[in-house]
Amino acid sequence: MNGIGGEEVTARAEPARPLEWKFAQVFGERAFGEEVQEVDIISAIEFDKTGDHLATGDRGGRVVLFNRTDTRDHGGNRRDLEMADYSPSRHPEFHYKTEFQSHEPEFDYLKSLEIEEKINKIRWCQTANSALFLLSTNDKTIKFWKVQEKKVKKVCDMNVDPSKALGNGIVCSSISTSSKPCIANGGCVNRTFNYLSTDFSFPPGGIPFLHLPRVMSHETSSVARCRRIYAHAHDYHINSISNNSDGETFISADDLRINLWNLEISSQSFNIVDVKPANMEDLTEVITSAEFHPSHCNMLAYSSSKGSIRLIDLRQSALCDTHCKLFEELEASTSRSFFTEIIASISDIKFSKDGRHLLSRDYMTLKLWDINMESVPVATFQVHEHLRPKLCDLYENDSIFDKFECCLSGDGLRVATGSYSNLFRVFGCSEGSTEATTLEANKNPMMRQVQTPSRPSRSLGSLSRVGRRGTDSSGADTNGNAFDFMTKLLHLAWHPTENSLACATSNSLYMYYA
Amino acid sequence: MKDTDFFFSALLKLVEGSSLSSPKFQDGLRLPHLRSQILLFPNCPFLFSHFHCSEMAMIDEPLYPIAVLIDELKNEDIQLRLNSIRRLSTIARALGEERTRKELIPFLSENNDDDDEVLLAMAEELGVFIPYVGGVEHANVLLPPLETLCTVEETCVRDKAVESLCRIGAQMREPDLVESFIPLVKRLAAGEWFTARVSSCGLFHIAYPSAPETLKTELRAIYSQLCQDDMPMVRRSAASNLGKFAATVEAAHLKADIMSIFEDLTQDDQDSVRLLAVEGCAALGKLLEPQDCVAHILPVIVNFSQDKSWRVRYMVANQLYELCEAVGPEPTRSDLVPAYVRLLRDNEAEVRIAAAGKVTKFCRILNPELAIQHILPCVKELSSDSSQHVRSALASVIMGMAPVLGKDATIDQLLPIFLSLLKDEFPDVRLNIISKLDQVNQVIGIDLLSQSLLPAIVELAEDRHWRVRLAIIEYIPLLASQLGVGFFDDKLGALCMQWLKDKVYSIRDAAANNVKRLAEEFGPDWAMQHIIPQVLDMINNPHYLYRMTILHAISLLAPVMGPEITCSKLLPVVINAAKDRVPNIKFNVAKVLQSLTPIVDQSVVDKTIRPCLVELSEDPDVDVRFFASQALQASDQIMMSS
Repeated sequence: MNGIGGEEVTARAEPARPLEWKFAQVFGERAFGEEVQEVDIISAIEFDKTGDHLATGDRGGRVVLFNRTDTRDHGGNRRDLEMADYSPSRHPEFHYKTEFQSHEPEFDYLKSLEIEEKINKIRWCQTANSALFLLSTNDKTIKFWKVQEKKVKKVCDMNVDPSKALGNGIVCSSISTSSKPCIANGGCVNRTFNYLSTDFSFPPGGIPFLHLPRVMSHETSSVARCRRIYAHAHDYHINSISNNSDGETFISADDLRINLWNLEISSQSFNIVDVKPANMEDLTEVITSAEFHPSHCNMLAYSSSKGSIRLIDLRQSALCDTHCKLFEELEASTSRSFFTEIIASISDIKFSKDGRHLLSRDYMTLKLWDINMESVPVATFQVHEHLRPKLCDLYENDSIFDKFECCLSGDGLRVATGSYSNLFRVFGCSEGSTEATTLEANKNPMMRQVQTPSRPSRSLGSLSRVGRRGTDSSGADTNGNAFDFMTKLLHLAWHPTENSLACATSNSLYMYYA
Repeated sequence: MKDTDFFFSALLKLVEGSSLSSPKFQDGLRLPHLRSQILLFPNCPFLFSHFHCSEMAMIDEPLYPIAVLIDELKNEDIQLRLNSIRRLSTIARALGEERTRKELIPFLSENNDDDDEVLLAMAEELGVFIPYVGGVEHANVLLPPLETLCTVEETCVRDKAVESLCRIGAQMREPDLVESFIPLVKRLAAGEWFTARVSSCGLFHIAYPSAPETLKTELRAIYSQLCQDDMPMVRRSAASNLGKFAATVEAAHLKADIMSIFEDLTQDDQDSVRLLAVEGCAALGKLLEPQDCVAHILPVIVNFSQDKSWRVRYMVANQLYELCEAVGPEPTRSDLVPAYVRLLRDNEAEVRIAAAGKVTKFCRILNPELAIQHILPCVKELSSDSSQHVRSALASVIMGMAPVLGKDATIDQLLPIFLSLLKDEFPDVRLNIISKLDQVNQVIGIDLLSQSLLPAIVELAEDRHWRVRLAIIEYIPLLASQLGVGFFDDKLGALCMQWLKDKVYSIRDAAANNVKRLAEEFGPDWAMQHIIPQVLDMINNPHYLYRMTILHAISLLAPVMGPEITCSKLLPVVINAAKDRVPNIKFNVAKVLQSLTPIVDQSVVDKTIRPCLVELSEDPDVDVRFFASQALQASDQIMMSS
């Protein structure tokens, strides 16, 4: 099952050295014993294409943006940089930029359904000028946001000096506090127009003492504006959104359908995949995740709860109910059990940057697929094999349905995914690599690495032998029997160009570099 | 003047408050709003005189509004900023041409990080601003603000800015274009962000014609680069503007440079770019000599018609007529007919829908023999296509083929198709056939169809979806005119009455309109025989909603039937209904009576209508009294005016 080709290749090529992961930053660190607010729990995390920006979404419907600050030397950052000890290997460093309320809790009165504000996914769109664009979605509604630096302005030198009348300057900032347009009889505006343009004749040279107001700019601040709302297109919960490489379309996937949108048009979308059976009792499989190919505008992959990934070609037909490729590994029938189907369910898929490989995460494993080989993954990494004896407990406390995300490094040489007890795992997937690192999301991530054996085994027996000491509250025994199922690391993202990982553990965002 | 009084007092308060101690007015937000109200009531002279005596306004009274307008260019309220921008020309006239050039335009250039709505309005206003900056010789001062607007993120703002730049550029003098417009295009095309480059593509056709030879070469090279830009957005913009640009390029370069640009676009990886290149085929085809068109464009079209992406093939099917026009009749027959036949038999339903919708237009270019030989077999297949949308698209155009093919071919070949489509299980298909009945009527007469027509109509008339019923009602007047009185009387009359008793309001409403249109079509005499008695009969329906429908129908029929019939037949029924036990009926009677008043003789109004209304105006129900007194008032007014 250890796909990568076995041990004999290890000798051939000098495999990439395992990365030494170091703690870089933490945002929203918990104090000891601090109670975590439900709304603060991070539910989505995403780097933009350049890696200069990072966005997180939380269960409270907020989106928080971070800016990379170590690459550019402008203004206020220089001092920080000078103060920091310069190490030759600089690592990505992020600063809090801004945050905004993306979604609010809603109630669907027609269906008597509460709609949570929780952000399920964030995707960055093409940056234009200085403005950032991103899509965020909760269960039902996708929103298109524009985040822009705006100058805080002070208007002065008015014709009709307001200070005289008020004894008090008016500071107009460009950020409207959204005072409603207050024209009592709205329709009258035109009348004024007529009056001014017809009943009035100006002297040919103009009126000398009228002048334009002057605007003094001060510091800037980030302002987020919702540009479009794509709503009412999903009967089920949206699990994924993904941008197309053409820069004008994106998809949104719910449990049974995938819709195609144009970014500029929020009033209509096209259904391209529909797996809903005529009779819902025949339902055996749902869509769990969907993503566009990074460069081929016509290809998209979606995963299912049965553990298969389908690649579809939008060129073939308007309704893509038939796939052109099906990636599926058949489990030996002997090992089948009650849990087989549950743990086969794929929780996340990601294309590699070059679009050649697909990474999928199911409950037990990470699988790397070559998109030209459908029958078997090129590599399988055991993540939760040690939990196999405990599936029954996991089923009872619903942990077995946890949806762990996965990610690939920008160079495609490594993959990472989360686990329980705030652990995450990084595997080398280049040929011959034996890298398999277990890290804990805290300020001292390599603690666990010590115990990880360097033998080329992919079976993560190592995890079970990890002694759990110190900061962990659960206090697991040496067999890993009492894994802390409440602290799980579901969301993580790899920086697109550097070896830097962002991991979310409940309300904290930990950043690591290597 | 009620409103002005209010604002007057508000203003007085404001003026008195100039020594302000009241905290209410220290809130700076309130003031701009109040001031903007002054603008709304400019015809009230005393408003301004009050300002004159206050210390608040140092400015002459009639200029106060314009001063406010200028200040509000920077108001915090977006609505006020929008208002000011929309009246930019007024501000410009107040400042005079020179200061508009030296102050207003630079001011606008600097203050461009406003909301998109404001920027959009600004882009639009600047497009017609040449008169305010001192005429065409100063047009170039308008370019800088528009150039910045060409780079903003919002597509609609950029598009508007490009449109305005084109409008200004088209009026500019040639030396000015060379000096300022062409450099602007080059700057945008080299822009760091894709937004600028996208905008630049739409400006080349203005810049190019007046450029000197060396610059022309450069511009062509730049355009070619834009077509290979990394960003698909830029390539799309370049592809969609190629036709316009090509139209300004000299024939020699057209064949060399533009065609190679075009060929690159036709092989783009992104489907969305190739889609737009299809449109380019038609545009370029019209510019090229016929033989060049056949040599260069025709193969591309044929290739596109077999593209891997159904969206590209869909575009070909959609654009087919324009493409045929571009390549001319002979190549159409030899090369495009096979391509078209392929599209009609495409695997993808969307493509077949687009192709089926063009079948008549396409056949018109061909001679009847070719159409019968190649297209008709496909049409037969499509009439039993698995997709209802394909059949529906076919049904909406197929009747138009009758005049093209002539009588004999229509009877032999098309009629069976019509008949099978009339029996289609999908109501849209049947409706589409019925809606175009007039076209086939001219060729073969309706008799051959009428046998199948009737069951189809009856079925649609009784369809369980009310929208389908509504659709067929809309076509009844057309059917009546085509089928003639005789057929109508026998078969359709009963249906029209049945709809008046439909469960759905929209249907009853449409049915009432329908009887009016029938009365117009066949004349009052016919209506007296075939409509009026049946309609009036239904006033005794036990359900008040149906009785209301009849009242509505009566009010519609009265103008068509004329005063005589109205008085003798319709009015008594209405008067009678005034004694209905349901108030809704009674106040509708009042409304109908009001509508009948202008039609009938004054004596009838006095003798019959007014007494009835007077009685209703004393009804216990408040609504009945309201509408009755309204009707009485209306009839008073008519009396007074006559």
